[in-house]
Amino acid sequence: MSRNQALTTYKKGGIHPAEYKLTDKSPVQILPLPEKVTILLSQHIGVPAIPVVSKGDTVKVGQLIAQGIGFVSANIHSSVSGKVVKIDSLPDLTGYKKPAIVIEVEGDDWEENIIQSTDLLKDITLSKDEILEKIRESGIVGLGGAAFPSHVKLILPRDKNAEALIINGVECEPYLTSDHRLMLEYGEEMMVGIRLLMKVLNVRKTMIGIENNKADAVYHLKDIASKFPGIEVYPLKVKYPQGSEKQLIEALTDREVPSRKLPVDVGVIVHNVSTAYAVYEAVQKNKPLINRIVTVSGKSLKKPSNFVVRIGTSVRFLIEAAGGLPENTGKVISGGLMMGKALNSLDVPVIKGMSGILVLSEDETKRKPIETCIRCSKCVTVCPMGLEPYLLMSLTQNGNFYRLEKEMVLDCLECGSCSYICPANRPLLDYIRLGKTDVNKIIRERKYV
Amino acid sequence: MSKLLTVSPSPHIYGKDTTPNLMYGVIIALIPAILASILYFGWGAVIVISVAVISSVLFEFLIQRFLLQKKTTIQDGSAIITGLLLSLCLPSNFPVWLIILGSLFAIGVGKLSFGGLGNNPFNPALVGRVFLFISFPAKMTSWPEAQGFQTQYIDASTGATPLNIIKEGLGKGDSISHLMDKIPTYQQLFFGNMGGSIGEVAAVALILGLAYLLLRKIITWHIPVSIILTVVIFTGILWLVNPAHNADPLFHILSGGILLGAIFMATDYVTSPMTTKGMILYGICIGILTVVIRRFGSYPEGVQFAILIMNGFVPLINYYIKPKRFGEEVKNG
Repeated sequence: MSRNQALTTYKKGGIHPAEYKLTDKSPVQILPLPEKVTILLSQHIGVPAIPVVSKGDTVKVGQLIAQGIGFVSANIHSSVSGKVVKIDSLPDLTGYKKPAIVIEVEGDDWEENIIQSTDLLKDITLSKDEILEKIRESGIVGLGGAAFPSHVKLILPRDKNAEALIINGVECEPYLTSDHRLMLEYGEEMMVGIRLLMKVLNVRKTMIGIENNKADAVYHLKDIASKFPGIEVYPLKVKYPQGSEKQLIEALTDREVPSRKLPVDVGVIVHNVSTAYAVYEAVQKNKPLINRIVTVSGKSLKKPSNFVVRIGTSVRFLIEAAGGLPENTGKVISGGLMMGKALNSLDVPVIKGMSGILVLSEDETKRKPIETCIRCSKCVTVCPMGLEPYLLMSLTQNGNFYRLEKEMVLDCLECGSCSYICPANRPLLDYIRLGKTDVNKIIRERKYV
Repeated sequence: MSKLLTVSPSPHIYGKDTTPNLMYGVIIALIPAILASILYFGWGAVIVISVAVISSVLFEFLIQRFLLQKKTTIQDGSAIITGLLLSLCLPSNFPVWLIILGSLFAIGVGKLSFGGLGNNPFNPALVGRVFLFISFPAKMTSWPEAQGFQTQYIDASTGATPLNIIKEGLGKGDSISHLMDKIPTYQQLFFGNMGGSIGEVAAVALILGLAYLLLRKIITWHIPVSIILTVVIFTGILWLVNPAHNADPLFHILSGGILLGAIFMATDYVTSPMTTKGMILYGICIGILTVVIRRFGSYPEGVQFAILIMNGFVPLINYYIKPKRFGEEVKNG
């Protein structure tokens, strides 16, 4: 099977940045315990969790330390055993101070009900509601990056019906290999997780979408999928941003999720491969979401690796384990090259949605000077949502928010394909983000008038 | 204190395309046409091309440096393209001072008066070409014949272009079958053995350029293909309805400036639409206008006017023709 031959993908736009998958052959290593962890209380989309421990308390691995409140929120558990030394506001990934719990590590003492053995537990004994409750209790959020509380996605609106589950193993971002390694090393566990999700959603069909630059994972999962009825593996043509929910759904089902609608409106639910694995651990082993695989990579890094990391470990600790911060570092990114956030400090903690830490050299960091738009229309061609980035940028610059809304600025995924392709180095996405913020503000105000 | 890190919004990686390397890509695509023009017209072509390119670049530099007093942009290659395209639609015996005047008009009025690259509504090379055509019609309609490599310049033997022969012949009441005997064969038309501007004659060289532009993804197929198809269909209908008074589609495509215009002029980034749907509409309109001017207008050739007219409609096309948004129509598997 040669690459990209006769494989399906989504139709509109897209780019193909250099892949740089430096760590796709590096098995996952378990990172040693840090001295302390900083666990942020808002690692998910929605309301921040409320602490249920106080300063001085001793906690075990897997113990609930903050409770999600309201519908869209998630529980947070201690990822280590030790003593709570601080409950305070500390800088999160963006540099703003947010509530967090700091725990000093003492030993590695797990909650008794967590099964620590690595045996595969394949039998599903719990009912639909029991599984859902366990997923909610365990604080599982979407591990692809958005960190939307998973149990919320599993409770369908009354009038909606899901026909199929889609599992996102696309990993279209350059450098990142955490999902790739997970599929290779924990494939069967993930499959059990998928069966659990299928039971909750009451669907008979699951499609796993994987880009074909991970042919080994495609073969491996196809092999084991035969033991799991209803699950099928689909290799996809390599194209960014295929990992975006709407694009993946189109690639696999040929259905387009309409503007401002949800996947369930076209009859599907999408979860990430890592989320499926977390569901397996939560339901079959009673283990809440306390660690995850993080790819630490970069061309100048000595030992790019995939690590299993406890939530709350500092980014500095991860980079040290990968050979230390190179002298010429210009930028450190949480997430992928295309959509990740640049960090302003290495002392921020790992959060549930962090799939990678990338270290870029100073040369790779610099932006080139902005030139005049030559109207080459490449931004329009690559936009996967069928928008016109050049127009959205100039409308934002001119403050024409009424027209921005009409030109569907809110549909922008912020995938960055337009800024990537622009030959005049125009900061298209920077301006589009500003435009989105302003349009959202106007829409909110309109509701209150 | 630890090292300071750069913080900037995503994306953190950029593609390799830059304005200059897209422009130089277009110049590379023009090389076959330049070589063909030298092969057919000799020193005349060399003089016309070099004068046009040098004066275009020089005027861009002088105007930006001394008149506008801002950063010069000659290194982006766009002035070279303007010079090349202007020269390729001139006759090989064109007086040097007129070439310089044409370049000044193209760069000064066509491009820089609107704010330079990216802001000009009309294709600068065509602005220069039409300026010369309207101001000096006699000089612009005496076309040296392609007779292999020549060394003479001003006194090259001239004759009518195939389009001229057809236009005048039809005007006098001759029938097409009779006129077709007077014009070169299709094979000659394809390889460029005919009278005409230095760049438009060799269809094969222009098609090679098109292949390069498409392969390097500098342009998409939408504009050239829609222009050429429209011309083929429109002239095909006329030909089928009345073969005695209309030349066939193949003759129309291979003669005159349609290929040069469709491949290199209508596809100019700055003056063409931004969406694929818009590009197709623009191409169809150019095709129709070209045939209307050729067949019913008073000029034998119409493609440059057709492109300039449609350049004027591009803002309107961009305003009304939107790409198909993702999820616009609900598909049902």
